[in-house]
Amino acid sequence: MNAVAKLGLKQRYSLLTRGLDWEPSYQSKSAIYPYAEFEGIKIHDWSKWEDPFRLTMDAYWKFQAEKERKLYAVLDSFAQNNGQMGLTDARYVNAVKLFLTGVSPLEYQAHRGFAHVGRHIPGVGPRVAAQMQSLDELRHVQTQIHTLSHYNKFFDGLHEFPHMHDRVWYLSVPKSFFDDARTAGPFEYFIAIGFAFEYVLTNLLFVPFMSGAAYNGDLATVTFGFSAQSDESRHMTLGIEVIKFLLEQDPDNLPIVQKWVDKWFWRGHRVLGLVAMMMDYMLPKKIMSWREAWEIYFTEAGGSLFQDLSRYGLRVPKYADVATAEADHISHQNWAVFYQYTHAAGFHTWLPSAEEMDWLSEKYPTTFDKYYRPRFEMWGEMAKEGKRFYNNALPQLCTTCQIPMAYTEPGDPTTISFRHSHYKGDTYHFCSDGCKDIFDNEPEKYSQSWLPVHQIFQGNCGGASVEEVLKWYRLNLGADNLDQAGSPDQAQWDAWMEARRRVAG
Amino acid sequence: MAVVALEKDYADKVEIRDRVENFHGNIVVYLHWEEHLSFCSAVAFPFPPSMPFGALLAEILPTYYGAHPDFAAIDWAAVRWTVDGNDVTPDPEKSLADHGVGHKSLIRFWTPGLHGYRGSFS
Amino acid sequence: MPRIASLTLQDTDTARPIIEAITEDNPGATVHSFPGIVKIDREGSLTVRRESVESRIGRVWDPQELHLSIVSMAGNVDEDDDYFSVAWTN
Repeated sequence: MNAVAKLGLKQRYSLLTRGLDWEPSYQSKSAIYPYAEFEGIKIHDWSKWEDPFRLTMDAYWKFQAEKERKLYAVLDSFAQNNGQMGLTDARYVNAVKLFLTGVSPLEYQAHRGFAHVGRHIPGVGPRVAAQMQSLDELRHVQTQIHTLSHYNKFFDGLHEFPHMHDRVWYLSVPKSFFDDARTAGPFEYFIAIGFAFEYVLTNLLFVPFMSGAAYNGDLATVTFGFSAQSDESRHMTLGIEVIKFLLEQDPDNLPIVQKWVDKWFWRGHRVLGLVAMMMDYMLPKKIMSWREAWEIYFTEAGGSLFQDLSRYGLRVPKYADVATAEADHISHQNWAVFYQYTHAAGFHTWLPSAEEMDWLSEKYPTTFDKYYRPRFEMWGEMAKEGKRFYNNALPQLCTTCQIPMAYTEPGDPTTISFRHSHYKGDTYHFCSDGCKDIFDNEPEKYSQSWLPVHQIFQGNCGGASVEEVLKWYRLNLGADNLDQAGSPDQAQWDAWMEARRRVAG
Repeated sequence: MAVVALEKDYADKVEIRDRVENFHGNIVVYLHWEEHLSFCSAVAFPFPPSMPFGALLAEILPTYYGAHPDFAAIDWAAVRWTVDGNDVTPDPEKSLADHGVGHKSLIRFWTPGLHGYRGSFS
Repeated sequence: MPRIASLTLQDTDTARPIIEAITEDNPGATVHSFPGIVKIDREGSLTVRRESVESRIGRVWDPQELHLSIVSMAGNVDEDDDYFSVAWTN
């Protein structure tokens, strides 16, 4: 049968997706897809859906199997050859800890989210694509747990990652982000994760950070990172296709979609502040600053994207200008949060060295020397006098993003940005206009926020003292937390390096 | 604007998680020392509303802000205070509630002449 | 503002002939090297041609093999038996 061999990619794809769908006979469509309408999105013709990546299920299995073979060969080799000893510095591992405890559980959340969407979207094209993405995300979390499993043999802070993800104060930031998306309707989830996160922001998470891992000798992370990222292009394309399809189907969809784009851009921007800090402060050998990454992946790539989408009337996300201005501040402000709450974190912190501060001055010429260098120098002096600076009170958290309210007024880096709203007799506090708008649009949802600090005060977190709460988080005090200097991680690293020097003679 | 939910009476079933009743007689109070951003954000406490403002001045502030080199130099008579944006003049004998401090109120204070480490607002 | 279409590939032996083919077939493309990855940018569009990759590797090459090396991209995707492209049309 030569006829089959002669089918082009487009025909093959059509037969193996559209051709597999059927019209229900004994159930109504609305009974089969009960979540398809309540969000107000109007779809008139699912057959107009275009799949830019024409990946059929058989080709999908073939390529994914190939990726897995390569990936696990590298991970196995990294483990067999004690790859952890080839890292640039023990400090680097803290970036990996934050990634594996903060981001990897989101891969699992994304798996579940796309499985749900893959079941509940009435169109066959996006359903197949969402099903593939669901499997991809499961693959990602598995590869990351394999990596975690190796690092957990040698370094502290990784032993209880799923338990920690549900409890630890700063992990509630990424967790609540995904809980928010997964409790939304299927179309909002698609825009939240498929478009705003995957297309607009995920490059900032994976590309420069994984390149940084490559630069710091972390073969394991580079490999899971780029293997995951090889699926990401397909995910990004699915995201952009969803948005184009919704906007083409009915003009009434535009205001709904715009609201979601505004919301999820801002939610994503806040979560990625953790990555900003990883890039600027936690990579011993730095590859590019957060500011530079933002310019490439948001200003330039996002600019082209939104110009393309302007033909549908969609505009650049609200507060994109604020987020761009914050790129000069966010990594410094976040690192300052973790430095002063290092006793309550599952990874170690440190002050940037003189050389690192010079790099930061060069990369942030308008802000670092003026606002942030003095802060680190003051803490350096205090540490020298034996008075290492800790914040011994608990921080006020933003109701929406759940991050300590450490961000400053747009245009005034000397004053904290305080915003608030009233709802049913209570006051709610926010770090920004972006987070306040999100609350004001859906106060019913966010008045249920599980804010770690308030939960401690309510007596739901194991006790009132820091020690009791950390035990409830299952953190090992004195090992997982506090400064890198003096940590068991550092002591072990120093012993490895000393052994190497002895051998080298 | 209201949430768009699958369940029609979703809004009526919402349980507000941080209702004052959940704090065992306390209210949540946020405190913030302006122009001293080495304390990264305002800090949160569960206080009884009957707590005298004087206890805040005598115990809470030195305990949590005392590590900063500027703290010892504060001229307390000159400090400017606001509670939820309204100027207040503290009376150490009177309670937090008497000063208009309620559940999830924000108390900010400015210390004239002190602008953080080397004037850097840190 | 320039409309940059972009492809980022892993810096590996598998990807190198693809990178070569892209740079030769897309005049004006700029290549940025970062640790572990190569980012190729060009105003408007970028195309990977099957024939061009095949002539370098001496075997049949399916443009979908790009899935094994791609890290990121910018632009609207078009994929068929003989090419893979990203482009901004608007």
